Amino acid sequence: MRSVRDTARDVQNGDESALSVVEESLAQIRARNEELHVFLYVDEDGARAAANALDERIARGETVGALAGVPVALKDNLCQTGIPTTCSSKILEGWRPPYNATVVDRLLGAGAVPVGKTNLDEFAMGSSTENSAFGPTRNPLCTSRVPGGSSGGSAAAVAADMAPLALGSDTGGSIRQPAALCGLIGVKPSYGLVSRYGLIAFASSLDQIGPLTKTVTDAAMALEAIAGHDPLDSTSLPEPSPSLVAHVDDGVAGRRVGVVRELIDGADEDVVASVERAVEVLRDAGATIVELSVPEFRLGLSAYYLIAPAEASSNLARFDGVRYGLRVDAGDVTAMMEATRTAGFGEEVKRRIMLGTYALSAGYYDAYYGQALKVRTLTIDAFRRAYQEADLLIGATTPSVAFEFGSKTADPMAMYLSDVFTIPSNLSGEPAISVPFGTGEAGLPVGVQLLGPGRSEARLFAGARVLEIADGRP
Amino acid sequence: MTLGDGWEMVVGLEVHTELKTKTKMFCGCANSFGAEPNTNVCPICLGLPGSLPVLNVRAVELAMAIGTALHSTISPSTFHRKNYFYPDMPKDFQISQYDLPINVGGYLDLPDGSRVSIERAHLEEDTGKSTHLGGSGRIHGADRSLVDYNRSGVPLVEIVSGPDIRSSDQARAYAAELRGILIATGASDGRMEEGSMRIDANVSVRRAGEPFGTRCEIKNLNSLRSLGRAIEFEAARQVELLEGGGTVRQETRHWDENVGTTSTLRVKEDADDYRYFREPDLVDLVPDREWQDRVAAGLAPMPAERRAVLTQRLTDPAPALLDALEVVIDLGLDPFVLAALDGGVESELAIARAANEIAGDLDELSNLSVESYVATLLMEQSGELSATQAKTVLAEILAHGGDPVSIAKSKGFERLASGALGEVVDELIEENPDEWSRYRSGDEKLAQFFVGQVMKLTKGQANGKDVIAELQARR
Repeated sequence: MRSVRDTARDVQNGDESALSVVEESLAQIRARNEELHVFLYVDEDGARAAANALDERIARGETVGALAGVPVALKDNLCQTGIPTTCSSKILEGWRPPYNATVVDRLLGAGAVPVGKTNLDEFAMGSSTENSAFGPTRNPLCTSRVPGGSSGGSAAAVAADMAPLALGSDTGGSIRQPAALCGLIGVKPSYGLVSRYGLIAFASSLDQIGPLTKTVTDAAMALEAIAGHDPLDSTSLPEPSPSLVAHVDDGVAGRRVGVVRELIDGADEDVVASVERAVEVLRDAGATIVELSVPEFRLGLSAYYLIAPAEASSNLARFDGVRYGLRVDAGDVTAMMEATRTAGFGEEVKRRIMLGTYALSAGYYDAYYGQALKVRTLTIDAFRRAYQEADLLIGATTPSVAFEFGSKTADPMAMYLSDVFTIPSNLSGEPAISVPFGTGEAGLPVGVQLLGPGRSEARLFAGARVLEIADGRP
Repeated sequence: MTLGDGWEMVVGLEVHTELKTKTKMFCGCANSFGAEPNTNVCPICLGLPGSLPVLNVRAVELAMAIGTALHSTISPSTFHRKNYFYPDMPKDFQISQYDLPINVGGYLDLPDGSRVSIERAHLEEDTGKSTHLGGSGRIHGADRSLVDYNRSGVPLVEIVSGPDIRSSDQARAYAAELRGILIATGASDGRMEEGSMRIDANVSVRRAGEPFGTRCEIKNLNSLRSLGRAIEFEAARQVELLEGGGTVRQETRHWDENVGTTSTLRVKEDADDYRYFREPDLVDLVPDREWQDRVAAGLAPMPAERRAVLTQRLTDPAPALLDALEVVIDLGLDPFVLAALDGGVESELAIARAANEIAGDLDELSNLSVESYVATLLMEQSGELSATQAKTVLAEILAHGGDPVSIAKSKGFERLASGALGEVVDELIEENPDEWSRYRSGDEKLAQFFVGQVMKLTKGQANGKDVIAELQARR
């Protein structure tokens, strides 16, 4: 499948109809979805109708948006009017949102065509998409392995050429890690850059929506379309969407790149080797390399696994069977809520709700949640200090290439460690990007991560573009 | 009522008031009472997955106005989530303020000169409303429960007093004065019967000088009368318990208005652990100096100040008149009364017609100008209109507008010639010799009998004072 950029250009110019692009996407979904289990819902009729409407506008000579005719896969925790939205949980069975997430409105405004909703770890809790109540997604690059998670369906959709663009959400690495495991660009924007309105919350202070694509330019185009202030999200940054595409080829000459030991140590050898080669590429491109140690990053995982579950325990309280989704009848309303939640939530979700409830409980708050907030502040300060010495940071996205199904499901801690390099950026609210660079075990792609201070997305895209070219994707 | 034997009650009140904003606290839905169930709702106030709250600036301003009127310090504040499961709470948490409320400290001076301290006045959202069908009428054991989310997300301010109240009268006076302040700030319509102001009372007892006793919280008192009765009952219950050698258990109690008793709702051990934490979907609320000043400058005079202005103008501040004056202050009718006094109307009349006639028909207040009010009262005072006629004229203006002179004319309200009145009086004396002789021998009550008879015969055209003058002339 062609890139976002080429597709939009051809559709805008009338060289190709939006409908034929969409049909190509739908055909690929039909061909591979059964095997890979990427989409939970495919909106064939809606996609065709949107494509037709777009083609009519183009025929009338109207100007269409920057993503005209681009098929887009939406992680199934993003609300789209009238389309089943499940978060891969039985508890939302049958629910169809009466409204669009802001990102969906913005995609539609830019002419993109949503083709369906992709699988995820239930309520975005997981790193392999094995926690989906509807079964796992397979990695299109090696079907015995996971695509990563929680945005595993979105990553697989792009990797399997079902759509050139997918949106995911990243709470602790849920965009970047599957992007790494599927050989894609994955962006976790600055907190507040993209509106969260209509994203079903996992951990509100950490969640950000971002794109997964095959090229850096495509990711920049997508982020430009969805970013910018939204009055419906109080945590949305006040500024309009930044200019990103125009700076993709700015390079890294003169930039100070900090190589962070804590973002590399513990990764597999093949991953470490890729990061080291990426550092050399940036040096050759004119960057100054600085070796850095940020010990606070080691505490990030523990803090994250208190803060995220704590917020989740509150965010997921509303799934009580009273107003929508699953209801399991029982003697009285309290028993009904209990029976509904017992039947509706999977093991990992229950584990995190219990962890979070405990962390916020009277008598334990200070020792757990309160302490985690302090670590979060330490992490933010540590980043600030690092950015006095470097303009951007580099490390691995995740410790290994895509792993086999079942290899980590028995041990939650082993699974949690998949996010050890990605979590610090969520705690600080700063942007990070994963870019495929080289291959590792079994010829599978390795993700290299670039991190920057708040609102430095343009800088990250430029760095990622240098690596993309060096990796043979001009 | 006294508790006897050196006991005193210690009471603190938590007053919840719904703010009179056009829209709800975190969404654009109408904030209005009495609509069809579940019509003023949207994804946000229904807590649908993915929806996010956006703070209503007007609610913040009204909270600041309340704080300013209560001499609170307006402070940088945050919102927290109060987590508990309840079907009328769509997110299963309530957005409230916790350790950093917008209004910190303050006080309220009562008409009797006492002062009650204010601990805080914070913002929070209201819940929906459950109706339980069948069974006990409570949530457990009900056959079915219906929920109306129209009220969900309506802005509330909770005003927490210090434990400074020592009698049920003082508690009622505090609630009444606070209600006046809420109305004067424009924050609330103060309609307790519609639930726009709800009171929880924390009650304990002690012997004077001893430390505070264990308190019980009585929930949801919906009228000043309930408030007074519930406190009286609860304090007496606790004294009886302690005098019998028992101890008071800290608990939440329910007031039964029909039976006149409180009963256990839940004990402290069963209290929810609300797991408060900062609401991550909202940003800190830090009203700057300029904003605070703007709110303070826009504040109308508070009841205490208006009471002082009005009482100063009274020639004879009799208790009945002062009660009527409270109605005037409560309803914000001061401009009518002050204009009437300025125009030379006697204070009793100026207040009475406002506290009775205008107060009875507030919905149509816009039909009545201050000028028409003064003119009508002057016509009454000069005898041009009888009291009954003046009331009729006011009612007519309130209903349809218009000016008093033409209304009086169109209704045929012309003063009876004194000769004509005299003839009527003579006639009545002749027909009622017994009453007349009792009147002559000093029974003043009979004057009203004759006035009433004259009014009947003249269809209200006579002036009561003129009738009495005629009677006295014949005594």
